[in-house]
Amino acid sequence: MSSVTAVAERNVSVQHWAEPEHPDERPFIRKYIFSTDHKVIGSQFLFLSLFFLLVGGLLAMMMRWQLGYPGEPMPGGGILPETMAAGGILLPEFYNALVTMHGTFMIFFAIMPLLVGVFGNWLIPLHIGASDMAFPRLNMASFWTAVPAGMLMLVSFFVEGGAAGAGWTAYAPLSADPEYTGVSTGQQIWCVSLVVLGFSSLMGAVNYITTIVNMRAPGMGWFRLPLPIWALFITAILILLAIPVLAGAVILLLFDQTIGTSFFLPETGGEPLLWQHLFWYFGHPEVYILILPAFGIVSEVIANGARKPIFGYPAMVGAIVAIAFLGWLVWGHHMFQSGMNPLLGTSFMVSTMIIAVPSAIKVFNWLGTLWRGNIHFHVPMLNALAFVAMFVIGGLSGVFMASTPVDIYIHDTYFIVAHLHYVLFGGSLFAIFAGIYFWFPKFFGRMLNPTLGTIHFGLTFVFYNLVFFPMHNLGLGGMMRRLYDPNAYAYLEPLQPMNTFITVNAFLLGAAQLVFLVNFVWSLKGGKPAGPNPWNANTLEWTLPSPPPHGNFAAIPRVYRGPYEYSAPQVEADYWPQSEPPEPGQEPPVDYTVREALFSGDVPQPKDAPETKGSDG
Amino acid sequence: MDWGWMLPEPVSTFGGEIDSLYYLILVITGAIFVIVEVALVVFVIRYRRREGRKAAYSHGNKVAEMVWTVVPFVLVLYIAYQSNDVWLRTKVAERGLENESALPLRVVGKQFEWNVTYPGPDEELDTDDDYVVRNQLHMPVGRSVRIELMSEDVIHSFFLPEFRVKQDAVPGMLIPVWFQATEAGEYTLACAELCGLGHYRMRASVTVHEPEEFERWVAEESSAGEPPEPVPAPADTARVDLEAAHDGGHDDRQAREGDDQA
Amino acid sequence: MSSDHAAPAPLVHPPTTRAVRPMEGMQVYNKKLGMWVFLLSEVMFFSGLIGAYIVLRFANPEQWTDAGVVLNVPLTAFNTFMLICSSVTMVKAFAAIEHGDQAGLRKWLIATVILGAAFVGIQVFEYIQLAGHGFVPMVDRYAAEGGPLYGATFYTLTGFHGAHVTIGVLCMIFTTVLAFRGRYTRDDYGGVEIMGLYWHFVDLVWIILFTIVYLI
Repeated sequence: MSSVTAVAERNVSVQHWAEPEHPDERPFIRKYIFSTDHKVIGSQFLFLSLFFLLVGGLLAMMMRWQLGYPGEPMPGGGILPETMAAGGILLPEFYNALVTMHGTFMIFFAIMPLLVGVFGNWLIPLHIGASDMAFPRLNMASFWTAVPAGMLMLVSFFVEGGAAGAGWTAYAPLSADPEYTGVSTGQQIWCVSLVVLGFSSLMGAVNYITTIVNMRAPGMGWFRLPLPIWALFITAILILLAIPVLAGAVILLLFDQTIGTSFFLPETGGEPLLWQHLFWYFGHPEVYILILPAFGIVSEVIANGARKPIFGYPAMVGAIVAIAFLGWLVWGHHMFQSGMNPLLGTSFMVSTMIIAVPSAIKVFNWLGTLWRGNIHFHVPMLNALAFVAMFVIGGLSGVFMASTPVDIYIHDTYFIVAHLHYVLFGGSLFAIFAGIYFWFPKFFGRMLNPTLGTIHFGLTFVFYNLVFFPMHNLGLGGMMRRLYDPNAYAYLEPLQPMNTFITVNAFLLGAAQLVFLVNFVWSLKGGKPAGPNPWNANTLEWTLPSPPPHGNFAAIPRVYRGPYEYSAPQVEADYWPQSEPPEPGQEPPVDYTVREALFSGDVPQPKDAPETKGSDG
Repeated sequence: MDWGWMLPEPVSTFGGEIDSLYYLILVITGAIFVIVEVALVVFVIRYRRREGRKAAYSHGNKVAEMVWTVVPFVLVLYIAYQSNDVWLRTKVAERGLENESALPLRVVGKQFEWNVTYPGPDEELDTDDDYVVRNQLHMPVGRSVRIELMSEDVIHSFFLPEFRVKQDAVPGMLIPVWFQATEAGEYTLACAELCGLGHYRMRASVTVHEPEEFERWVAEESSAGEPPEPVPAPADTARVDLEAAHDGGHDDRQAREGDDQA
Repeated sequence: MSSDHAAPAPLVHPPTTRAVRPMEGMQVYNKKLGMWVFLLSEVMFFSGLIGAYIVLRFANPEQWTDAGVVLNVPLTAFNTFMLICSSVTMVKAFAAIEHGDQAGLRKWLIATVILGAAFVGIQVFEYIQLAGHGFVPMVDRYAAEGGPLYGATFYTLTGFHGAHVTIGVLCMIFTTVLAFRGRYTRDDYGGVEIMGLYWHFVDLVWIILFTIVYLI
């Protein structure tokens, strides 16, 4: 027992980070390029995925030009080759490529790596008190597999026939036989790139799961994990189980295109709906891969901003787990109008409706967290609040398409486009901004400029709503998605002014992101030095200097309480770091100790010092 | 600009039912939306930071959490319950049509047109008096039509916005679609599933006639002397010539430009 | 004391990672846990392919023939037997090093490599034979009984499994080389163990595939 106390005391009385007299002597290339340090890899993912976010955004701008001003030459469109835009006017096949690649880049190369690659890498070891990932070299391989996947996808724009044009969902047979689209190489590259990216995601997922299960610091029981870690853990499980299904399906598709099989081609017995089932069996868990980490980030930021413990921590965890579980049972709701048996539609409707419940729990618990808080409006908090406000819209609009009869009308219209952007932009991207503003000081040691941050937030929030909210109305007016020229339909002509309005605002929304870009680049070197804990937060990474040294913790910290003990009466400050040892006679925070005991069995006394791992039987 | 939250006027028998479900959900979700956003704004203003004050130290409230778990659960199940009957009647022709004798039609989508096979005066498909009309869907008002929906090449989606009908046409599958028009007039058939570069102009006109007028139209078309041209089974049809489709795209654009200049 | 330079504590079982400290977590070392997790994703990969196989076969029963008409069941049964034997030799190798028996480890690893390689070899031979009969995955060139989906699903399922065996054999050769260099000891045989996990998994998948592709 005495040794335990000694360890505990040393953990706080001495600094948590590596000694400066152990200088990092790795050569540049091992330090910044082929680094196995989770922090460097996290930053690499950050730069890579922000680049693809930019690419995806530019593609969206081109689409918006065509929709806002159909048939008019795009300013600057003259630089595009004739195969994409004739005299600056976008061609329909190029428009289809834009639709496809905007979705592909945003989902697979921007949002997913931003949430999972960046925050997964940066936060997991720091939050659980580990020196690095369980498999640092695998982690490096994960990043360096993602790079060629992304480059391949980019290159496909410039091969003969252009990039894939069958939508990011690549519905067969359109995608399975080049005769239908005129795109051969591009579609094949799309398949290969996704398989390669799948390997990258898989390596990441194996790493995250192993790290979170096995490398938590003493005292960091399951119910003391910060919510981003819970979310990333469940997300990693979803990736682990969903990505192989996509990889299998995409490989079959590739066989159809290249060696002449007929898995999805009906002439010789193939099943077009099989592709949809396989794709959405992956695709719906993927949707939650894109939002669960956002839930985690927002929970962290809201508790910090409100200076209050997160409301209903066990319910927050339970909701994440429930969403991930139910997420496997709802894939058919993408296929209500696909010709699937309508009775199956009924069962998918019920499961889809039920999955709204855990999402509702999360929203109400965030509100509960704000209730009677002491809310600091720092920039991350602004973005997190916007997340809650916007995710509500995206969640509620989902109920419309979950109702099978209503989905008849709104399926494949702009209502869906509005819905998915409210979830992916209003949801995921605002959470990503919240996360970047929140942890940028930890990543790079300097604060992002709060004035520029507030301006960026305000402009983004306003223009984002002006772009995507009217899309609901377009959908209700009957405008189909992936439509090159809405004016081809007489009944859509009255919607043209709204399309133009959206386009103008989309350009302004895009321009507003320049503020972020400037802030980001400038603050890397010129921002105010952050210090170890600029937000007075509780989790372990804030005990380290910013940025944390290679190897993170000099001695593995010991964890005494949950991550959201803000404004506890036992301490004077309004925060209570997880690794700060309790004063003699101080009441421990009560709420999770029972569960804590259930799950890790070491409360209140931490485990004994070095032990040997027995056989696991 | 049309900022309406109302759906366009429905012109099919079940259109109104689908719309009332939409309005039901709009009211329920609208109420939740208002509650959440108002609470958010009120909390954000009321509990904004003040120096020297500490936030309430609370980890949650079991009763409140139960309430906001159970209430949404009941609400969504209610919506699902309300939806299911309409869903089955609209999508399962046997249920929707029951004993009604419906006019049989065959609609075959292909890049980038809709071919409609009419049964002719005998009202039976696959007989000699069948005839095919490209990109024109005609039907009488007040009588159900039962469509055999097929596709020759890729997946298309048979979308009649005013009728609240949408059904993917999948190659290799025959999917029954039914509906009944309630008002004569001119409407639109659109393709709602990305089907290639001419997807955006894969449209057809829908004409709902008064019954006598429809009979007249059938008689006219049947006697037009066109040789019956039954639509071949999807599998052995030559595919659309991509080059031709391509050129079509350009023509469309040039035509539109011409209009703009005029 | 920097964590990176912490001297590893003596262990009864294979080393965890370099982070040998009291930790929360399962009593399984990282690499083993990682392999288990990875195998879960492999389960999903093969489930997806097998699911596709079942859907296509139910939709097109006429494209399949009775067992043994096209496929050489006796040959593959023998091959299956060999693969099962290779799992046994793998277990033997593992048992040997658990007791510190270096010679036994090397002997049984070599046996496993040989059996695994023979499996792949026989499969290649089978492929050549079948292709000679016109049993190919391509729609245009299919000339055997049944239909092209039979060929396409057969080569996809067995091919992906064969690729897994091939990768397994290569890793097994690597493990064997390390075994000859004395990399594994009575207290440190994690590499052999996780290699074995993978190998048994591949074996198990084959038993399922053999049943549904060849026998049913």
